[in-house]
Amino acid sequence: MTVAVNPAQSGEPVFYLADEHPHPEGYSTSLGFWIYLMSDCLIFAILFATFGVLGGNYAAGPAPKDLFELPLVAVNTSMLLLSSITYGFAMLTMQQNKIGQTQMWLAITGLFGAAFIGIELSEFAHMIHEGATPQRSAFLSAFFTLVGTHGLHVTCGLIWLVTLMVQVWKFGLIEANRRRLMCLSMFWHFLDVVWIGVFTFVYLLGVLR
Amino acid sequence: MSPDLLKLIFGRLGLESLPLHEPIVVGTFAVVATGGLVMLAGLTYFRVWGYLWSEWFTSVDHKRIGIMYMILGIVMLLRGFADALMMRLQQALAFGGSEGYLNSHHYDQVFTAHGVIMIFFVAMPLVTGLMNFVVPLQIGARDVSFPFLNNFSFWMTVGGAVLVMASLFIGEFARTGWLAYPPLSNIGYSPDVGVDYYIWGLQVAGVGTTLSGINLICTIVKLRCPGMTMMRMPVFTWTALCTNVLIVASFPVLTVVLALLSLDRYVGTNFFTNDFGGSPMMYVNLIWIWGHPEVYILVLPAFGIFSEVTSTFSGKRLFGYTSMVYATVVITILSYLVWLHHFFTMGSGASVNSFFGITTMIISIPTGAKMFNWLFTMYRGRIRFELPMMWTIAFMLTFVLGGMTGVLLAVPPADFVLHNSLFLIAHFHNVIIGGVVFGAFAGIGYWFPKAFGFKLDPFWGKLSFWFWVTGFYLAFMPLYVLGLMGVTRRLRVFDDPSLQIWFIVAGIGAFLVFLGILSMLMQFAVSFLRREQLKDVTGDPWDARTLEWATSSPPPAYNFAFTPVVHDNDAWWDMKKHGYQRPLTGFKPIHMPSSTGTGIILAGFATAMGFGLIWYIWWLAAVSFIAMLAVGIGHTFNYHRDFDIPADDVVRAEDARTKLLAGAK
Repeated sequence: MTVAVNPAQSGEPVFYLADEHPHPEGYSTSLGFWIYLMSDCLIFAILFATFGVLGGNYAAGPAPKDLFELPLVAVNTSMLLLSSITYGFAMLTMQQNKIGQTQMWLAITGLFGAAFIGIELSEFAHMIHEGATPQRSAFLSAFFTLVGTHGLHVTCGLIWLVTLMVQVWKFGLIEANRRRLMCLSMFWHFLDVVWIGVFTFVYLLGVLR
Repeated sequence: MSPDLLKLIFGRLGLESLPLHEPIVVGTFAVVATGGLVMLAGLTYFRVWGYLWSEWFTSVDHKRIGIMYMILGIVMLLRGFADALMMRLQQALAFGGSEGYLNSHHYDQVFTAHGVIMIFFVAMPLVTGLMNFVVPLQIGARDVSFPFLNNFSFWMTVGGAVLVMASLFIGEFARTGWLAYPPLSNIGYSPDVGVDYYIWGLQVAGVGTTLSGINLICTIVKLRCPGMTMMRMPVFTWTALCTNVLIVASFPVLTVVLALLSLDRYVGTNFFTNDFGGSPMMYVNLIWIWGHPEVYILVLPAFGIFSEVTSTFSGKRLFGYTSMVYATVVITILSYLVWLHHFFTMGSGASVNSFFGITTMIISIPTGAKMFNWLFTMYRGRIRFELPMMWTIAFMLTFVLGGMTGVLLAVPPADFVLHNSLFLIAHFHNVIIGGVVFGAFAGIGYWFPKAFGFKLDPFWGKLSFWFWVTGFYLAFMPLYVLGLMGVTRRLRVFDDPSLQIWFIVAGIGAFLVFLGILSMLMQFAVSFLRREQLKDVTGDPWDARTLEWATSSPPPAYNFAFTPVVHDNDAWWDMKKHGYQRPLTGFKPIHMPSSTGTGIILAGFATAMGFGLIWYIWWLAAVSFIAMLAVGIGHTFNYHRDFDIPADDVVRAEDARTKLLAGAK
């Protein structure tokens, strides 16, 4: 920004910009989105804390050892981790302005995400079928809510992903769409990080408990 | 129609849900409905709907949104205060075998609604409104970071308020106390819609609050004008920053805890139940992890207002700016380390209680530092006792008293005696009325001329001030006495006739506050009628110090024709001292965000969804949810969200101001 000197009072301090440029579009978006992510992180923090407090209250019902199938969870985890890698590829091809490849990687990311949700839902269905419902004990309430909230986030991410693919298809990789893809990228990786926490504290430590 | 079909369409809403058997509610409804109809008819008759829609409801201008927040806060104050008057009357009457005039079903709703409305829909909108209006002006910005989000946040707050108000006439409100502790608030003990109104009212409004917190943080961090470093920001902007950090770091906790409570109620999970491993104490901890920062969310901006007012009306630079900033930041951090003092008696043990007792007492240190800073600012100043300054002095006296009873309550053994008593009620009204409410009134008096271009009438203002202050002391000092005698809160009837006199005095106090509120409404009306005499054309009626007074009153949509450059803490004072000349030529087009109706539409659907969930009208909830999703996604397909104000329009607005200023000299 250039600061024009007010000719009438040279030597005096300048109190306004005679010539200015508006902030570029989306100037505050990355900071704003970070802060939003941190507030979302707090939501997960509280759900983790709740699971930490109530996670051992089985109420004479099933315990993690009886319920969790670690191989299935491992497959599920790899789905989500792979989707993060493919999202990374989408961002790289976006930098190179290759719309087709960006769209392809986004689609693959979406498929991995959908596979994750599918496996998670079948796991839930299996547990509920066995009588391990969210109503059965405080442990199960906390489990379904924590894992379910994460799944809900991934679902929102999928809806967002599809929306963005439509927008990239219609309007191309314009500045606004790049920024949106960047935000979704942060959101997607954030969900990955949260899932690492879920995998470790809920599943792995749960089975050890 | 078959009952099944009715149930499908109306959920559990039926004719019997209308409180026709409660004459007081029916009377209130008649008054509100008549008033509402008259207002609607008036708006239609004068054909202002189009104007309201295009210039206000859909506006993304932070100043208009700020003013709408203030109006919401004042309207809801009337409702919240009506509840207060009803309680005071009930408690003054219900002695010697009298049941008073409120049955317990109604009385329990009244005290719950009073707390919820006063905190969420009076104090929060007043504080948010002032921040919205003032902060961008103080930092030399044209608007907030996310103007559309700002509009959306406001309408979500309105949506929450609408749900809470609807509970008065359709169904009932919670009977649980303002924080709805389980197991009482769980489905087994509160099977009807009251707690659901509470949950969804707060959830809808909470989304708005969180988003507006994110928005204002970004605004303050990213949009300061050149030269305004962090340590040159006005203290009000500093307190606004800390408050919004607190909002973003605490409201998600409220969102989660209410979501878990709704899962318990709707799905039958066992988070806060007595059996199947649930833990009601978990709720109490979580809600206070939000709840304690919440009181600092309210009071920090008030501290900022008092800082601006004190230095302006003492004609001096604020004493101890740096210590004021650090005190604010320290309070922000400490406010997270004290939540357990709200339930010392609930079995945490001596060590935990000691920790939280000590952290609580430590908060009085930065607060005390602030108090001395204000005193030293006044010391040897040329104090002008304008209305905002009077509120500030009333605050200083009242808040110190409330702070001291707070330190007293922070001592766990003392708290074991006084917890849940009227002493506690007196304490927190002492700090919230003395701090937040007086602060909001000081802020309204101080910035009103900035918002509307004329000052508030001082006669009715002073009348209101004296009614409020004396009324406050008469209403709450007796409660300290009663609390020390062991009277617990939320009681509806009393046996001991010797207590009655204290309740009568408290009732008289509440009536005086009522006169104070009436005087304040009168003040607005009289000021509007006398707006020509009270007019301020300079834009700087108080000879003030910060940047918002550098522009016209009311400010143009773009706030500043040229972005200011700041060299000093008291930027505008510095400009005046250096003989700043307002630029008269060289205006350029100004880039601004465009209005949009998406915010109000989204919030409307969110409110409808809340209503559907409250009454188990599942189709309504589902349809509203899908509509919300569709409108939200549709909105992202609009890539052209801003426009340029043509240079000609800027020239016209600025020339008009030049003429006004010339006329004033």
